[in-house]
Amino acid sequence: MYSALWRVLPGPRWLKIIEAVGLGIVVLSVCAEWVFPWIAENFVQSESTVGQ
Amino acid sequence: MFVDWRGIGILVTTREFVDRAIGVAGEMLVTAGAFVLLFLGWHVWFNDLVQGAAQDKASASLSQQWQIATRGQIEFDRAIGSSDGAFVRPTPPVIPRVSDAEAFANLIIPRFGERYVRTIAETVDIATVLNNTATSVGHYPSSNLLGDIGNFAIAGHRTTYGAAFGWVDNLRVGDRIYVETEGGWYIYRFRNLEFVYPSEVAVLNPVPQSTVEAQERILTITTCHPKLSAAERFIAYSVFESFVPRENGTPIEVSAVVGRD
Repeated sequence: MYSALWRVLPGPRWLKIIEAVGLGIVVLSVCAEWVFPWIAENFVQSESTVGQ
Repeated sequence: MFVDWRGIGILVTTREFVDRAIGVAGEMLVTAGAFVLLFLGWHVWFNDLVQGAAQDKASASLSQQWQIATRGQIEFDRAIGSSDGAFVRPTPPVIPRVSDAEAFANLIIPRFGERYVRTIAETVDIATVLNNTATSVGHYPSSNLLGDIGNFAIAGHRTTYGAAFGWVDNLRVGDRIYVETEGGWYIYRFRNLEFVYPSEVAVLNPVPQSTVEAQERILTITTCHPKLSAAERFIAYSVFESFVPRENGTPIEVSAVVGRD
């Protein structure tokens, strides 16, 4: 999976490294901005109130 | 025997095909594991810090706004709660109910750090009040109003989303808790704590855990317990002591909050 991704990235090795790091940052940002808040809201119990 | 690898004409042996399939499956499992760890790190640590910093900033600027508006900038360190009638009032003003999700007070607890301040809004709704970047403490609409005889009950997170009550177990008997409004400071002193199940709504009664008629003003904090769990609730009770109108000066314990940049 990751070796296939590495092959698909264009350019020489140094450019591939930059591209891979860039992709990683994009994936992490998308997770932190949208995916993780959605999971936290829908699947994690964080009740601090008393009630029914 | 050969297999056409991904249908693009690369021929590999069955053995190689199986090896690659196992390799890809392994990478996916490692990725899934990393995803779970990343989520936990984000939820428990990163988002907690980001939200806490945003709440702290918003709350402190609200305090300063009120402070500048009334020019109550003379600090005093007289014994608050003594019989010094020039500075404190035994009967505080009652704050009428505001609309849902509206911020109406700040909570200042010096035991949580001399710069600790969080904003209280109406209702204990998770999305609009407790998980917010400006407010983080909610007032139970079914409990009494701030300043009224009875129980002013509030809720906030113990962990995550800024963890408004992350240090609640540091409270010691007699610690002052300040509820700040535009008009001044309601000063409570921490009395006792208890652990209850989430269904025990009697902690919100005008006299907590009782049905007798209220004669004093109680501040009840509810938060989760144990940390990172929703199994029980940590309840902290404080008793109203006095009210300091803002124009009379600023209690020295809150000056680090209201005077900060």
